[in-house]
Amino acid sequence: MAELKKYLEIGSSPHITDGASVDVIMRNVFLALLPVTVFAIYAFGIGAALVLATATISCILTEHLLCKATGAPSTVGDWSVAITGLLYGLTLPPGLPLWMVAVGGVFGVGIGKFLFGGLGSNAFNPALVGRAFLQAAFPQAMTHWQYPFLENRFEQVPTSVLAMPFAEPAYDAATAATPLARMKFEALFAETPELMAGLTTGSVGETCGVLILLGGLYLVVRNFMNWRIPVSIFMAVAVMTWIFQQIDPATYPGPLFMLFSGGLMLGAVFMATDMVASPITNPGCWLYGVLIGVLVVVIRFWGGMPEGVMYAILLANAVSPHIDNLIQPRVYGTGRGVQ
Amino acid sequence: MAIKPVTPTDEFVKGLWRDNPVFVQVLGMCPALAVSNTAINALAMGLATTFVLVMAGLSVSLLRHFIPREARIVSYICIIATFVTCVDYAIMAISIELHRALGAFIALIVVNCLILGRSEAFASKHHPGRAILDALGMGAGFTGALFFIGIVREILGSGTLFGVGLFPDGFQAWTIMVLPSGGFLAMAVWLLLVNWLKKREAEAAGRAEEVAS
Amino acid sequence: MNGPAPVQFERTPAWKMYRSIVGIGALCALLIVTVFVATADRIAANQARFLARAVAEVLPAAHTTVSVGMDAAGRLVPTSGVPALPVFLGYDASGALTGAVITAQGMGYQDNIRVLYSYSFEIDAIVGFKVLDSKETPGLGDKIEIEPHFLANFEALDASLNADGTALANPIVTVKEGAKTEPWQLDGITGATITSVAIGDILNASANLWIPVLERDALSLTPVSDGEDS
Repeated sequence: MAELKKYLEIGSSPHITDGASVDVIMRNVFLALLPVTVFAIYAFGIGAALVLATATISCILTEHLLCKATGAPSTVGDWSVAITGLLYGLTLPPGLPLWMVAVGGVFGVGIGKFLFGGLGSNAFNPALVGRAFLQAAFPQAMTHWQYPFLENRFEQVPTSVLAMPFAEPAYDAATAATPLARMKFEALFAETPELMAGLTTGSVGETCGVLILLGGLYLVVRNFMNWRIPVSIFMAVAVMTWIFQQIDPATYPGPLFMLFSGGLMLGAVFMATDMVASPITNPGCWLYGVLIGVLVVVIRFWGGMPEGVMYAILLANAVSPHIDNLIQPRVYGTGRGVQ
Repeated sequence: MAIKPVTPTDEFVKGLWRDNPVFVQVLGMCPALAVSNTAINALAMGLATTFVLVMAGLSVSLLRHFIPREARIVSYICIIATFVTCVDYAIMAISIELHRALGAFIALIVVNCLILGRSEAFASKHHPGRAILDALGMGAGFTGALFFIGIVREILGSGTLFGVGLFPDGFQAWTIMVLPSGGFLAMAVWLLLVNWLKKREAEAAGRAEEVAS
Repeated sequence: MNGPAPVQFERTPAWKMYRSIVGIGALCALLIVTVFVATADRIAANQARFLARAVAEVLPAAHTTVSVGMDAAGRLVPTSGVPALPVFLGYDASGALTGAVITAQGMGYQDNIRVLYSYSFEIDAIVGFKVLDSKETPGLGDKIEIEPHFLANFEALDASLNADGTALANPIVTVKEGAKTEPWQLDGITGATITSVAIGDILNASANLWIPVLERDALSLTPVSDGEDS
């Protein structure tokens, strides 16, 4: 069969398409991200807008220049790298110096995507690769959180955002505590209305779970996203948290807190669903989602850091080819009921 | 086309670039990644390894008719371990601080497969002069490679070079570069560069051949 | 001489193998012993210098230090020479006792760990700590030298004596990272459990041996005037 295939077809499957090309999908993802982005800029002001713009521009420029350098046609026109950049920006703390934002963008797209062979070949979600690099390189800057809804957020750019390249950022105010940091270090995990409405601090685009869910719903309805991945992540997190809360309600928070705090919503809806780095089959997606959910809970409860969504997704990305190996789609006309 | 005879210079030069132990043969990764967090550590490790390479190469070459085939690996390891112990004492006599910085990795020179590899593949089959040239070339290539990795890691990870500050106050250190993962990253970037240059070199050579024919 | 040597297919006789292995072994042993003898003095001098600097580091208040030891009856006496595990008393410029520096040794995860710690007579606590020699796993066990939360244990690690002054009131123990509740507990390192527990054991054994003697005899020992400068 394998030999035959080589001669019979040039492109890989699927061969019957519904006309959704990369740029159509990506434009829809952009639409879905729009409310989250607008809310992020509203909550964190000019600083967040600059971070998002720098993230997107650095990713697009990196891809464009690398394509030029290797003599390949530029692939920035398909919107995918722009989405990567925007998503990457949404995962960053609002007061991050712009030069660090650019470094992470270059690293994420250059090493996380381009060196693996560009769109369709990346093993890991490039946005998260960029963020993981920053987390390891600049741990202090990556855990400095600005308060949301500051009075002067539309008039004044935070000092740290405009730090000179290679210089240590100076901060206008002490760091705010994210809901997860309060859970880890102060054992506070109330399911407050602020948390549900996204009025807490955190990364630029992770705070408002409702808007993220809305964006995800839009993509699911338009059939541009495999709903099984976020649903299985949410279910795994909720079930596991619920069990532990039953055992020791003083130590472990409830499912609602876990679902709406930190980057879980953003990660589950927009990061884990990366079409390239997630498994192909539906049962594979269930397994992949459960794996991410369990890892998130394990890292948040017993890990050294308060948040673990990024590492959980990257680890599951690494496992996803093996999941595909394990769960092969049934070839049409074989298996069940065929003698 | 006649095969050019291998000159003594060739034996030395091949370790620097064409058969560079780190960037081309990818040997001796443990010290290359672990002790390259500063330029000075990388240089010291490279020089210590070079010394062991040369002395082991010389000894193996001198004893090559004396060592029976069946017992060659145990003999090589014994010789290498001896010189590593000597280097260990010598470094302690030079500076305790340096000895502490290099830590357990001096003892690990014994299992650096580069040294055993050169003893087995080269020194045991060539006369002492060539063995020394080969070892010097490989050692220089190893030291150079470690040094280049060390420079990148020290500048980005601590903002210094040979312990001297390069930046005005308030430099933001890239923590990842002094961690083990920084070793892999710096190594990968150099490998990328070397392979790209080698590719260009090969393409240029291919073109030259086409023109010549 | 170029090119590969001819491959021999017949077996080498056993005596030849003995000859080569024993011969090489003897040569190697000779070389190691020669280098050891040649470098021993310089290494000892380097180590003494390193120790002096380390003593100054853990007990910066000391102006002069005096090496002391225990005699057969368990009394504190000044010593000359360098014992394997030296103990020093530190005096400030006016000759008042500022503290003691004790060397201790014990088994870690890989090999013996040798440490230096300073004891403050004023607050009855260990106030300084430095690893002199360790071969612990790079990246894990060697965290005892750099991990800030572990080193913070030695800002004031309680080492007060019991009522009769014969032993520590509370043994020094290592607890799990983040579980430190008492001033005599060492906050351990996750991922380097064995090494950090070993440090607790080393300190506990050494402190139980030395601190009762130091507390009893150190003040009555007169400092050697203009002794070795630290």
